[in-house]
Amino acid sequence: MNRFLLPLGIFIVLVAFLAVGLNLNPREVPSPLIGKPAPAFELPQLHKPELTFAPKDMQGKVWLLNVWASWCVSCRQEHPILVELARTGTVPIYGLNYKDGRADALRWLKQYGDPYALSIADAEGRVGIDYGVYGVPETYVIDKAGVIRFKQIGPVTQDVLEAKILPLVMELSK
Amino acid sequence: MIPELGHFALILALLVSLVQGTLPLIGAHRGNSGGRAWIALARPAARTQFLLVVFAFACLTWAFVANDFSVVYVAQHSNSRLPLEYRLAGVWGGHEGSLLLWMLMLSGWTVAVSLLSRHLPDAMTARVLGVLGLIAVGFLAFILFTSNPFERLLPAAEDGRDLNPLLQDPGLIFHPPMLYMGYVGFSIAFAFAIAALLSGQLDAAWARWSRPWTTTAWAFLTLGIALGSWWAYYELGWGGWWFWDPVENASFLPWLVGTALIHSLAVTEKRGCFKNWTVLLAIAAFSLSLLGTFLVRSGVLTSVHAFATDPRRGIFILILLAIVIGASLFLFALRAPKVGLGGSFGLVSRESLLLMNNVLLVVAAGSVLLGTLYPLLIDALGMGKLSVGPPYFNAVFVPLMVPLLVLMSLGPLARWKHADMAAVLRRLTFALAAAIAIAIAVPLIYGKWSTLTAMGVLLAAWVAGGSAVAIIERLRAGGLGAQPLHWWGMHLAHVGVAVFVLGVTLVSSYQEEKDVRMEPDDTVSVGGYSFRFIGVREATGPNYRAMVGELELSRDGKVLRTMKPEKRAYLTSAMPMTEAAIDTGLLRDVYVSLGEPVGERAWSVRVYYKPFVDWIWGGCLLMALGGIVAISDRRYRMKKAAASAAIVQGAPA
Repeated sequence: MNRFLLPLGIFIVLVAFLAVGLNLNPREVPSPLIGKPAPAFELPQLHKPELTFAPKDMQGKVWLLNVWASWCVSCRQEHPILVELARTGTVPIYGLNYKDGRADALRWLKQYGDPYALSIADAEGRVGIDYGVYGVPETYVIDKAGVIRFKQIGPVTQDVLEAKILPLVMELSK
Repeated sequence: MIPELGHFALILALLVSLVQGTLPLIGAHRGNSGGRAWIALARPAARTQFLLVVFAFACLTWAFVANDFSVVYVAQHSNSRLPLEYRLAGVWGGHEGSLLLWMLMLSGWTVAVSLLSRHLPDAMTARVLGVLGLIAVGFLAFILFTSNPFERLLPAAEDGRDLNPLLQDPGLIFHPPMLYMGYVGFSIAFAFAIAALLSGQLDAAWARWSRPWTTTAWAFLTLGIALGSWWAYYELGWGGWWFWDPVENASFLPWLVGTALIHSLAVTEKRGCFKNWTVLLAIAAFSLSLLGTFLVRSGVLTSVHAFATDPRRGIFILILLAIVIGASLFLFALRAPKVGLGGSFGLVSRESLLLMNNVLLVVAAGSVLLGTLYPLLIDALGMGKLSVGPPYFNAVFVPLMVPLLVLMSLGPLARWKHADMAAVLRRLTFALAAAIAIAIAVPLIYGKWSTLTAMGVLLAAWVAGGSAVAIIERLRAGGLGAQPLHWWGMHLAHVGVAVFVLGVTLVSSYQEEKDVRMEPDDTVSVGGYSFRFIGVREATGPNYRAMVGELELSRDGKVLRTMKPEKRAYLTSAMPMTEAAIDTGLLRDVYVSLGEPVGERAWSVRVYYKPFVDWIWGGCLLMALGGIVAISDRRYRMKKAAASAAIVQGAPA
C-alpha cells in the first residue's frame, strides 16, 4: 500500500460528500411547528385597525398564512404568484404584515396588488416569534382543525405552489 | 456589438489556452530534440490568452460604464443612477463577473511568469505555463458554458436592478481584486509543484523558483482578507471583525496552508528536505482556493456572502475540482515514493521547529475546514441540520495558535541541522522578562485583571521580543546593513503577527458597547467618551435617501467632533443599510451606528469603544509588507548560472 495515496483517498471521500451536499438545501430547516396547532394570537387588521383577527376565526377552513413586509425584497418576487392564486379563489390567503409601518404596507399593496383576504399587522414582530419566523417571506398551510401542515421558508415559487401547496390544499379540503 | 466582441474574445481565449495547456507539456515531455518548437509555444500562447481575457474584461467594463442594460448581467447588477466608481467595481459584483475577474487574475499571473522566467530552463517554463493553461481551460469553459457575463436581454431593460447596496462601498473596489490576486496566485506555486512532479526535478532550485511567487500570492491574500475584515467591521454595523462565516473561512484556509508552505519552502530550498511535504502543501493551498470558489459559488453552505447560487454551476465546479485536485494528488502518489529525503537534521534544529510550525498550521487549517464542512457532512449523512458557530472555532483555533506563537521567537534564532535550545533560550531571557513585565502591566493599566488577557499580551510581546533580540544581536555584531532583505521581511511579518495578536487580545478584553434609546440631548458614555444625541435629519444621495444622525463626541467635557452615522434606503431595492460613523485612532476606535426610530424623536443607537482594534489590520498590513520586502531580495533575481551555482553550494541562511 502506497502511503502517498492517502491524500487522494481523503480527497475522494470529500468530493463524494460535496456531491451529495449539492443536492441538499441548507436553507431548508424543518419547522418544529408542523403537525402542531397554529399558535393563537389576536391582532389588529391592517386595513381596519379597529377590527382584529385571530386564527380561531378560521376554524373549519383550509387557509394560507403568508408573512410579508414592504421592506422585503423577496416578497416582491413571490407576490405575482400570490395575486394569481388569489384570483383563482382556490384557497384564502391571509397576510401577516411583519415589522412594518402601516402607511408603507398600504402603499405597497396598492402598488403591487392585494392578494390577501385580509392582512394582520404584527408591527412588533411578537407573533412572528411564536411562529418561528426567521426569514420573510414565509408561508404556512393551516388545516380545518387549525393545525400547521406545511411551511415554506422564502418566496413561494410556481414549482412549490404546484408540487406541494396546491396538492396539500386539495387533500385537506376534502 | 461590444459585448459580442467580448464573448468572442473569451471563446478565442479558450482555444488559445487549449493550445497552451497541451502542446508545451507534450513538447517538454518529448525533450529538447523533438519538443523544442512546442515548448516555444508556451510563452506566446500565455501572452495571447492574457490579451484576449483583458479585452473581454474591458468589454464587460464598457457595458457597465455605458449602462448597456441589454446585457443581462449589467441589468442585474447596475443602474443608471449608480455612481461611476461602483459601476466599474460592479463588474465583479456578481457571479459571472467575479469569475471573469478570477480568470483575469489567472491570466495576469500566467503572463507574469512568462515575462519573469528568463532564468528558468525552457522545459520547466513550458510545463508551468502548460499547467496554468489547463486551469485556464477549466475556468474559461466554466464561464462560457454556465456563467456567460455577456448574455443578452431582449428586449433591453429600461433600467438596471442596481448593485446590492451592501456592495456599494469602496470595499468592493479593493477587497475582491486583492483577495483574488492571492487566491489565484497560489496557482503559480501549484503549477511549479506539478511541473516539478512531472519532470521529476524536485530540488532546491524548484523551491527557490517557487518562493517569490508563493510569498507574493500570500501577501496579496493577507491584504485581501484584512480588507474584507475591515469592510465587514465598518459596513455591517455590528462592530465585529471576523465571524467565522464559511466564506471567510474559505479565504482563511488557503492562507493558513499558504503560510505553512512559505515556511516549508524555506526548508526545502536551504536544506533540501520536506520535499514531498512541500509539494503536497503547494497542491493543498491551491486546492483550498478552488474549494473556496466551489463553496462560495455553489450554495452548499449558507453564508452572508450567498449571492447567486445555482446547483448546475455547483456540479460544474465540483467536476473541475475533482479533475484538477484528483489528477494532481494522483500524480503526487505516483512520484512521491521516488523522492529522496534530503539532508538529515537533529531533534532540536530550525528544521524541526519549522516542522512543528507546519504541523500546527495544517492542523489549524484542518479544524477550520472540518468546522466549515461539518453542517454539510452531517446533512449529507442524513443526521440532521446544524450550524457550527464561533464558539467551536475559537475553542479549537486559539489553543493551536498558542504553541505556534511560542515557537515564533525560537525558530529564527535556532540553527539549521542542530540547535542548542538552552543557548537559544539564554539569548531570549531578556525578551521573556520584558514580555512578562508588559503582560502584567497592561491589564493593570486597564484596571481589570484577566489571565487570558495577560496571556495574549505575553505572547504578542514574546513574538515581538524574539524579533527584537535577533535584530539587536545583528546590530551588535555590526552586520545589520549586510542582512539580506528576506531576513528583514521575515522579521517585519513576525512583528506584524505580534501587532495583530495584541490588537485581538485588547479589543476582545476591553471593548465596551451600549445599545440605547436616545432622544435629542440625551447623553451616553462608553470607555470614557460621551455622546450627546443632537438629532436626525434627512439627506439624499445619488441613488439613496438617508437618515443622518448627529452625535457630539466628547471626552472630559471637551468636544472632539460630530459623528454622523447614517441609515440609508436605496431607491431600487428599498433595503435599509446602516453606515456606521467611526472615529479612528491609533489606540482606540469610537464607533456609532444608528438603529431604528423608536418613537417621535427617539432612535435606538449603538455605541462602541474599541481599544487597539486598528492594530488587527495594521498587523496584517505589516505581514503583507514583510512578504513584499522578502521578495524584493535580489537573490531571487540572480542570473541562471549564478542561481545554479548558489544552489550547489547550498547557501547557508
